[in-house]
Amino acid sequence: MPYIVKRVLMMIPVLFGVTIISFAVMKAAPGDPVTLVTDLNPNMNEEAVKRIRTHYGLDQPVHIQYIKWLRNMLMLDFGRSFAPDNRPVIDKIVERIPITILINVLSMILIMAVAIPIGVMSAVKQNSLFDKGTTLFVFLGFAMPSFWLALLLMILFGVELEWLPISGIRSLNYQDLSFLGQIADRAEHLILPVLVSAFGGLAGMSRYMRSNMLEVIRQDYITTARAKGLDERTVIYRHALRNALLPVITLLGLSVPGLIGGSVIFETIFAIPGMGQLFYQSVMMRDYPTIMGILVIGAVLTLVGNLLADLCYSAADPRIRVGS
Amino acid sequence: MVRNSFFRYSVLIAGLLVILGGMDNPAGSQPGKAQDQSSISAGDEKLQPAYGDMIIRGSIGDASVLLPVLATDGASFDIISLIYNGLVKYDKDINLVPDLAEKWEISDDGLVIRFHLRKDVKWQDGTPFTARDVEFTYNLYVNPKTPTAYASDFMRVKELRVLNDYTVEVIYPQPFAPALGSWTQSIHPRHLLEGKDATKSELKRHPVGTGPYCFKEWKTGEKIIVDANPDYFDGRPYISRVLTRVIPDLATMFLELKAGHLDQMALTPLQYQRQTNTKWFKENFRKYKYLGFGYSYLGYNLLDWKFKDKKVRQALTTAINRESIVQGVLLGLGAVAHGPFKPDTIWNNPNVKKFPYNPDLAKKMLAEAGWKDSDGDGILDKDGKPFSFTILTNQGNQLRKNAAIVIQRDLKLVGIEVKIRTVEWAAFVNNFINKKDFEAVLLGWSIGIDPNQIDVWNSKKTEAPQLNFISYKNEEVDKLLELGVSTFDPKERKKYYDKFQEIIAEDQPYTFLWVQDTLNMIQARFHGIKPAPAGIGYNFTKWYVPKPLQKYQITP
Repeated sequence: MPYIVKRVLMMIPVLFGVTIISFAVMKAAPGDPVTLVTDLNPNMNEEAVKRIRTHYGLDQPVHIQYIKWLRNMLMLDFGRSFAPDNRPVIDKIVERIPITILINVLSMILIMAVAIPIGVMSAVKQNSLFDKGTTLFVFLGFAMPSFWLALLLMILFGVELEWLPISGIRSLNYQDLSFLGQIADRAEHLILPVLVSAFGGLAGMSRYMRSNMLEVIRQDYITTARAKGLDERTVIYRHALRNALLPVITLLGLSVPGLIGGSVIFETIFAIPGMGQLFYQSVMMRDYPTIMGILVIGAVLTLVGNLLADLCYSAADPRIRVGS
Repeated sequence: MVRNSFFRYSVLIAGLLVILGGMDNPAGSQPGKAQDQSSISAGDEKLQPAYGDMIIRGSIGDASVLLPVLATDGASFDIISLIYNGLVKYDKDINLVPDLAEKWEISDDGLVIRFHLRKDVKWQDGTPFTARDVEFTYNLYVNPKTPTAYASDFMRVKELRVLNDYTVEVIYPQPFAPALGSWTQSIHPRHLLEGKDATKSELKRHPVGTGPYCFKEWKTGEKIIVDANPDYFDGRPYISRVLTRVIPDLATMFLELKAGHLDQMALTPLQYQRQTNTKWFKENFRKYKYLGFGYSYLGYNLLDWKFKDKKVRQALTTAINRESIVQGVLLGLGAVAHGPFKPDTIWNNPNVKKFPYNPDLAKKMLAEAGWKDSDGDGILDKDGKPFSFTILTNQGNQLRKNAAIVIQRDLKLVGIEVKIRTVEWAAFVNNFINKKDFEAVLLGWSIGIDPNQIDVWNSKKTEAPQLNFISYKNEEVDKLLELGVSTFDPKERKKYYDKFQEIIAEDQPYTFLWVQDTLNMIQARFHGIKPAPAGIGYNFTKWYVPKPLQKYQITP
């Protein structure tokens, strides 16, 4: 498979470039992890500033810092966080990744399950009342600020009706619950976050699906299928839908890196200790190793996601198969 | 996402006002929520102090590290203060009282402090606490390899001698009045840390101290649990468990409180004044307010020609209606500041010259200083240049921004044009403060418990990154502040600081704006809370829930 090998080899310089640019941009931001703690703090004298700076290696020139970081990275050592906790970066990421992936995957599944049928139906019944109604609905979700919707739902289901927990990822008495009780507790806490995050994503996917479908329906082979006398269901679901679904593979591939990225606003509102908060706090504290760690993982996932999408695409669609 | 935060909060607050306005009654009428109060009238003997129950506190940030020498943030110290002790501590009136040291002697020349330690203290793992732990803590702080922010007070120590297991002598090269207060710093366990790299220690996440609560569990970004230490030397705390929940969003935290899932949270002025006055809140919660340890000010760059004349600075203070800022911006929850000390402490000099709001007088003072509107454009001018300047403040602090707007309007009335600019914190400090590239800044200082003010006002501390960035220079102030830190007798000390405050009031290098109230809300079942100048946390171990009101069963 020389194609795959070539693609994988191509990823190396891209990844390298990403790290250089990220490092440079990060360093260009004013302030560093030390001054953010020590600035205008009467308890800090210059001795303390120097001490902390040396401890983190920030007294070295920037290119040396980068080379040191790169050398550790090549051995898959993400380094230690510059936040006061000074924990290994990989621990901080691993601790937060599961909940973020869980919510993102669930909301992705929910989006697919709702948006694809909506898209298909809207296309089939173009300009009908259903089409217009769902368009309004999905754009409402797209336009509505998620934190606002979240608060409204929290007030209704959490405070007023007391059906669902308001925030967090598990109850305070979680440890005392039975195994099934624990699963139910987890699920209860996931309902609002997953609903709110999926609602905002419906528009993109359903509109995308709708335009794909419209395009496919106008193709000659659909006319042919209809001319053969196939009934409308078979035409739509066997011939049109399959072809319209192909571009979704690309979309899925592109969303792979998104699985580890969380939204800050969203996680803040629901008090979910996920990747969004970690990244935001790291940027605010200029916690360079953590920022770089998350960016590198994100870059790798983006590249791998693209590669997978291309491979799946060529496997699913004979028209674009390479080298044949 | 940061850029949107103002928009986000304004919409959110507007939204909340509407929503909360409509739901006060139904929440109050839910029978399940008020059951804690059912037996409150059952007679006083039932309300006696009792052990048990749990307090659930809301915190907007998670702790970062629970080893005191490495911690720098408030959320970490909130937990640390429950687990560790210093040799001395501050009582409700902010006086130093015994903690791990049962008494101490200070030599007449003020150079030697001899601490006599308690003999009945054990670390939470059972190891006895001794003078060796104090020695170790001192060495840990001054070790140049320890990346601590709090070494400076200990660096002044010439020598620390362990006389026996329970006596320590600290020798200073010159008298240093804040010395005793610096021993409020947490004492670290030698037997767990010696010979190890503190930055990689287990204790960062599993602290072991001598304090009233023992560490139990920490789920990052979720919660931290500590349990009462039954062997605490000062008596077992009444409340059996303290659970601190991390809820980064204040609106969410408020909803959790309303749903009965939280027992304590800090309130915003808006929540305190407008959103918590319903019957349900009054029955289920008590509100506490007390002056906070910090003040806000408008600081003038004294290198700028406009602000060189103290007459002009006095006029500016006279033109600013500080009372209306306290009423309008803080919703009345604070006090006008007239100097750098907390108004209810002994160090404050209430008799300094004040400049009450008087726009007409301000205009006259400005005219005397040569500022007149000679071209009739409504803006004062002098030597052909208009009186126009920019107030710089940091992004993300809505109170400061609102105050700047009030000041803008006040100064416009006397013919001064003000522009307002907000800048992200790191850029604010690096590009403006440290380069002295500003005309006026709206900022705040926290007020230390010791009155030492050298860092902010000494004429030698004007170079970046030092704190006298407005370049205030007054030889008499330099002398008074030097005397202040080298004198032990509090009466003598107070004389120096009183005089210092008079000079600062006369010079008006800052327009002191306000001291804000700290606002807290605590579930009504908690008893024994007594607000004092030190706040409410000083007697936390004596807070209790009477047996009939206890809500949670705690089995450690």
